[in-house]
Amino acid sequence: MTVTVWIAVGLLGGIGALGRFFVDGVIASRFGRDYPIGTLVVNLSGATLLGFLVGLGFTGTRLVLAGTATLGSYTTFSTWMLETQRLVEDGQLVLAGANILISLVAGVGAAALGRFIGTQL
Amino acid sequence: MGALLRVALNQTHAGAAPGWPWVTFAENILGTFLLGYFATRLQERLPLSAYRRPLLGTGFCGAFTTFSTMQVELLEMLDAHRYGLAVAYAASSVILGYGSVHLATLYVRRARAIA
Repeated sequence: MTVTVWIAVGLLGGIGALGRFFVDGVIASRFGRDYPIGTLVVNLSGATLLGFLVGLGFTGTRLVLAGTATLGSYTTFSTWMLETQRLVEDGQLVLAGANILISLVAGVGAAALGRFIGTQL
Repeated sequence: MGALLRVALNQTHAGAAPGWPWVTFAENILGTFLLGYFATRLQERLPLSAYRRPLLGTGFCGAFTTFSTMQVELLEMLDAHRYGLAVAYAASSVILGYGSVHLATLYVRRARAIA
């Protein structure tokens, strides 16, 4: 990869993280912070978009920039785990379990849906 | 910064081990441990900081770890009918990710109790 691509990775990664910050904030201000729905929305929308890019046939540098750099930074594994652990600490075991299961099942479903749409275009 | 490090790791280690996505796996577990550490420390130990938590937590760890790549990897495992691999990957990521937040939290709180 060239220096230009690396600079683009840094910039796009930052944009992805800002997008997550923004979307999470909008969702949380509407639905509150009792359930980590902001992270769920971010992760499911990002998984759909990454599936979509794969379905469109993105490979190589294009996939690195749009997928790995931008959407990879937009979605997050660590916050998902942190919020689940904090739910358990608060005694919200059902919510914590639901947060894991819904994210995983809907996440794979979202990626499959995005890829299906991408292959149809 | 988190994205740069993740892409660098993916580029240098890509394709090393077909099947188990070691790179995404390791990034997610390490990043989750760090987030557990920063989040607990910044929230409970140090005076509240307006910028450090978004910077280190949401910014670095959020960008270093990834959910979308993991989901597409899982989807590709299911495509290949490698169901056992998919379940093992998902379960171990969640268990170790959860465990690393837990350990980081305990570590920070214990250090506080001693201090």
